[in-house]
Amino acid sequence: MARLKLTDPTSYASDRVVPPSGSSAWLTSFTSGAMTFLAVFALALSLASGRLAERWASALDKTATIRISAPDDQMTLQTRAVLDLLSKTPGIATSRAMTVDETKRLLEPWLGPDLPIEALPLPQLIEITETAAGYDAEGLRQRLAAEAPGAVLDDHTRWRRPMVDAADRLRLLGVLSMALIGAAMAGMITLAANAALAANAQVIKVLRLVGARDRYIAGAFVRRFTIRAFTGSLVGAVLGTLGVLALPSVNEAGGFLTGLGFSGFAWALPFVLPFIAALVARLATRLAAFQTLRGLT
Amino acid sequence: MIAFENAAYSYGGGELLSEVTLKLAPGSFHFLTGPSGSGKSTFLKLCYAELAPTSGRAMIFDRDVKTLTRDQIALTRRRIGVVHQDCQFLDHLPVAANVALPLVVAGKAADASDVKDLMSWVGLDHVADALPPSMSGGERQRAALARAIIMGPDVILADEPTGNVDWEMSMRLLQLLTELNKMGKTVLIATHDMNLIRQAKSLVSARVLRISKRRIQLAGADL
Repeated sequence: MARLKLTDPTSYASDRVVPPSGSSAWLTSFTSGAMTFLAVFALALSLASGRLAERWASALDKTATIRISAPDDQMTLQTRAVLDLLSKTPGIATSRAMTVDETKRLLEPWLGPDLPIEALPLPQLIEITETAAGYDAEGLRQRLAAEAPGAVLDDHTRWRRPMVDAADRLRLLGVLSMALIGAAMAGMITLAANAALAANAQVIKVLRLVGARDRYIAGAFVRRFTIRAFTGSLVGAVLGTLGVLALPSVNEAGGFLTGLGFSGFAWALPFVLPFIAALVARLATRLAAFQTLRGLT
Repeated sequence: MIAFENAAYSYGGGELLSEVTLKLAPGSFHFLTGPSGSGKSTFLKLCYAELAPTSGRAMIFDRDVKTLTRDQIALTRRRIGVVHQDCQFLDHLPVAANVALPLVVAGKAADASDVKDLMSWVGLDHVADALPPSMSGGERQRAALARAIIMGPDVILADEPTGNVDWEMSMRLLQLLTELNKMGKTVLIATHDMNLIRQAKSLVSARVLRISKRRIQLAGADL
């Protein structure tokens, strides 16, 4: 005869009224774990995109370039005129003419190091940085047109905006991915909870017979699924974080992909996910349980 | 305790019970007889609000069943102990935990020794730690009875409680139920076993209700 040691028959937790086994158990844990694993990467993507957007924005923000294309005999004159104009323009913090070597280094990625670019009619570039208050770009353009017809102001807006937009969209994609992962997890846990409720019809019948209220019965399933989801999600968070840790470290050559990770306090964020998973499981199971119980006498 | 006023119950287009008007007075002992499929189980379900009459009224503890919320039905069932022929348990919990289940779901503190005393009263103290599937039919019936009375209910309903046990065990269960009746509990036993009813004559003053042609009638004089 099968026996269990029983010290106090009234001292068991309410979630023990639900049998511990069943496919819904591992399905809930597995789903939570897998979804959290994916969510860690979505979170890393979102945070990395955010950092990238800020880096691109700050790198290009507050700087501008003036390009002077003029005949050789007027180049020095126009450069001096532009520098003079800039020194008197409100909102300009610094301005300086780039050397030929600096211009050459800028062109090297496209033209290669061996091309004798000294022979080419290169424009003179003037790098300017603006103050926090900024300057009137349109006003500056008009004055440049009057005093140095060959000077063109490039305030980087047309480069910066698409890049920042792209990074922002990547961040949005990460957030959207996390929302979809959360919704998918809620759906899977709801299915698992419904399966568990159907498989435990006799348990529910017995509980109703002895006077259990719906909230007690639902609570027994909710606690069970919440614990399973939390445990599975915690494992997924640990594995996901290890996966992010295993990515190559950040370096200049690697570009964006090597920057996919967390920094500082953000390393704690993956471990917030199990609590969110537990909350999602709690709400999904509670909804499924009350819907099922309302259909029973 | 429990009263019906011209109550009827229909299911799937057919009427299973009609024109039921009766009262189960406090401390009374009733048998409910009738052939298989006559509606005995349906009537018992009406008595503990698992079903509600499709017409007429069913009053349990002076409250119309149709006006009860799901929570109120649950609270009502705590005052009614039910024993089924196919007594159902939580098979993964030991029998003593099953017996104590009504206390646990009601959030009531109970002394473990009270549960053991009750198990001893129904003769199950030797199997307190056993799982229900490993128990015999008689043991399961007695465990179901112990579970039904652990909350100290006002009413005990038993649906063919002796259907799966031998005559000796039937007498044992009948004796337990009559003892409970002598403690002031209202008892209603649905059975088609006329020998059981005859044997009860020597133990208790019981009345017999008979279901015939969907109607419930008093079968005659007290046994």
